[in-house]
Amino acid sequence: MLGSLWLIPILPLIGFVLNLLLGGVRARKSLVNAVGVGSVGAATAVAFSTLWQYVHQPTVTIVERYFTWIAAGSISVNASFQLDPLSAVMVAFVTFVGFLIHVYSVGYMHGESDRAYARYFSYLNLFMFSMLVLVLGSNLPVLFVGWEGVGLCSYLLIGFYFEKDWCASAGKKAFIVNRIGDFGFILAIFATFAVFGSTEFTDVFPMAAAHPQQYAAMATVIGLLLFVGAIGKSAQIPLYVWLPDAMAGPTPVSALIHAATMVTAGVYMVVRCNVLFRLSPTAMLVVAIIGGLTAVFAATIGLMQNDIKKVLAYSTVSQLGYMFLGAGVGAFVAAIFHVVMHAFFKACLFLGSGSVIHACGGEQDMRKMGGLRKYMPTTYWTFLAATLAIAGIVPFAGFFSKDEILAKAFEAGSGGLNGHGATYYVLWLLGLAGAALTAFYMFRLVYMTFHGSFRGGEEAEHHLHESPWTMTLPLVVLGLLSLVGGFLGIPRLFTGHEGWNLIERFLEPVLLPLGGGEHAAAEAAAQVSHHVVGAGVEWGLVVLSLAVAVSGILVARSFYIGERAFERPRRLADRYPLAYKLIANKYFVDELYEAAVVQPIHRLATLCWKVVDVILIDGVGVNGTAFTTELSGDLLRFLQTGNVRNYALSVAMGVLLLVVILW
Amino acid sequence: MTPATLIPIPYTWILSLSAVLFVIGTIGVLLRRNGIAIFLSLEIMLNSANLAFVAFALEFAARRGVAVALTGQLFVFFIIGIAAAEAAVGLALFIALHRLKETIDVDRFNILRW
Repeated sequence: MLGSLWLIPILPLIGFVLNLLLGGVRARKSLVNAVGVGSVGAATAVAFSTLWQYVHQPTVTIVERYFTWIAAGSISVNASFQLDPLSAVMVAFVTFVGFLIHVYSVGYMHGESDRAYARYFSYLNLFMFSMLVLVLGSNLPVLFVGWEGVGLCSYLLIGFYFEKDWCASAGKKAFIVNRIGDFGFILAIFATFAVFGSTEFTDVFPMAAAHPQQYAAMATVIGLLLFVGAIGKSAQIPLYVWLPDAMAGPTPVSALIHAATMVTAGVYMVVRCNVLFRLSPTAMLVVAIIGGLTAVFAATIGLMQNDIKKVLAYSTVSQLGYMFLGAGVGAFVAAIFHVVMHAFFKACLFLGSGSVIHACGGEQDMRKMGGLRKYMPTTYWTFLAATLAIAGIVPFAGFFSKDEILAKAFEAGSGGLNGHGATYYVLWLLGLAGAALTAFYMFRLVYMTFHGSFRGGEEAEHHLHESPWTMTLPLVVLGLLSLVGGFLGIPRLFTGHEGWNLIERFLEPVLLPLGGGEHAAAEAAAQVSHHVVGAGVEWGLVVLSLAVAVSGILVARSFYIGERAFERPRRLADRYPLAYKLIANKYFVDELYEAAVVQPIHRLATLCWKVVDVILIDGVGVNGTAFTTELSGDLLRFLQTGNVRNYALSVAMGVLLLVVILW
Repeated sequence: MTPATLIPIPYTWILSLSAVLFVIGTIGVLLRRNGIAIFLSLEIMLNSANLAFVAFALEFAARRGVAVALTGQLFVFFIIGIAAAEAAVGLALFIALHRLKETIDVDRFNILRW
């Protein structure tokens, strides 16, 4: 249904409103299911039929304008949607994965009260609406509406169990940390208005691409500000702290919002604005450095987490780091490829962990699990497929996308991209190290959860069961996609020609060529440097990353499987107590923020409350005025003697005084 | 009788008399406690004002060379009218007060105070 793009986000919005009303009247769960899952299912159907028409027609970018949203002076913003290859890819996987997670939620949330159930689905539908507005918006302000909308839904769903104090604070933490990033994003929107006079993607990017030198300086500013927004939303150093805490929400929410879709919004935005980033070597370098550091940093924390969802949360942060590393080395297509693959396997992992938690009666500590393989085979096999995908084992989904990113990072290093070759080499090494860590902690998770024998006690073991079909069906679909999804982007290396790299061919129009003198030359040089790496070296890189992943798996196996499981990690911890303490406590970053940011603000707030508000405003201002009025009245009332002759005397004296003055 | 055959009284004399009467009236209002006496003093003050008006009217007419200056004379009638009305209201008040307290000593009426 090309020509009515608005239909895709509006359906979940209707679902949101209806579910809100249904929650008010405590409607039955089947009705809520029909509205909540049905609306997203319909949106998915509409989205795919639209995309089917889209890929069979020649126009690359379709912009639909609905009405003028903001008109103030020289500023004009349209409410408009845009369909181009990038938003097409995003819409496809957001609706599809979103729909699967809605189905899964039916099984996972059935224990909730009718009211909470309706509330859950209305938030989930609102999230789908916001995310679709985010990826379809054809200018920065519309994108920002979706951006804030998903932030709001994230807050609402993290704090879904708001009766528990720590869930409510986790929601607040996510919201506040995201605000810091959003501040940068808003400044970037203002700067775009100031520089280009418009924020329509179809106006700004061709303009910037046509005159690279003219806009290079401002591109650095805008690019860095945009990236501040991306850091907040996509949980990069130093604003990643909210994502692990976001696991307080229901598990399907963690899968949908905090792994598969919302957190990738930052990557989407950076790729969307790739022209601005490509104009600025500085911005590119910053993106790559933050991404590379986050990839390794979060992976090391993931090594020692015992909460199954926390491990996955840190792995999400780490994988998002890879995506930014990809964007930072100019591999924008690879970054989006990894976004999509990550959506498949991370959604599968989270839903699988939800299934495990469901079976263990809410237990999330992996030390109290083990041996679940024989109780829940479907969950195990799908989980294993997704784990192999994230570890980067051929031919699973993550192999192709992650390898593409690492290869591009290596090329950036050897080609000396923008003259920062050495830095890019270091980042490639960090990425490779991160890959080994990823393989290790993911298989640690699998071994601790599914292998060995159950450690949660007999009572709990008695309750272990496979989940209902509404939960296992999405697992199977996502598990299969984790297995075959990577074939969307088979690199030239394997097949000998570009034709098989479907996603790269599809997304190519999004990367506008930069025109004009010097930059064209630089771009051409970069194109040349693309091919400085020979086929032999590329094969070497593939083998290297595979070897790194396999060694990570083998180390995990020797640590957590067999007779002497858990013995070696304990010995290692004893030998390096300092390092162990540092990592087990997540590098004390939360404590650092607590001391450096939260406490000072808290003290400032206390000062404002106790001194400014209570003493100055309430005391001096409000009560002081009342007190002064009362006191002067108390003193002046003695003038009222009630005696007429006294008043007459005052009048006479007054007249006398007037006469003297007027003389 | 033409004005030339009479020696007019200098207006300053009349004004002096008016001032004296005004001060007497004021002192009476301030010092007397009997309500009726205060009223009488008040009437003296009003009449001293009347006298001042008449004196000014005469002098004004003389200086302008006209027979009579009506403005000043007219105010006297207003004041007499108002004084009459005020006396009626005042006396009614004192009768009401007398019924209440069997006295018209104004120092006894001081309940409207702190």
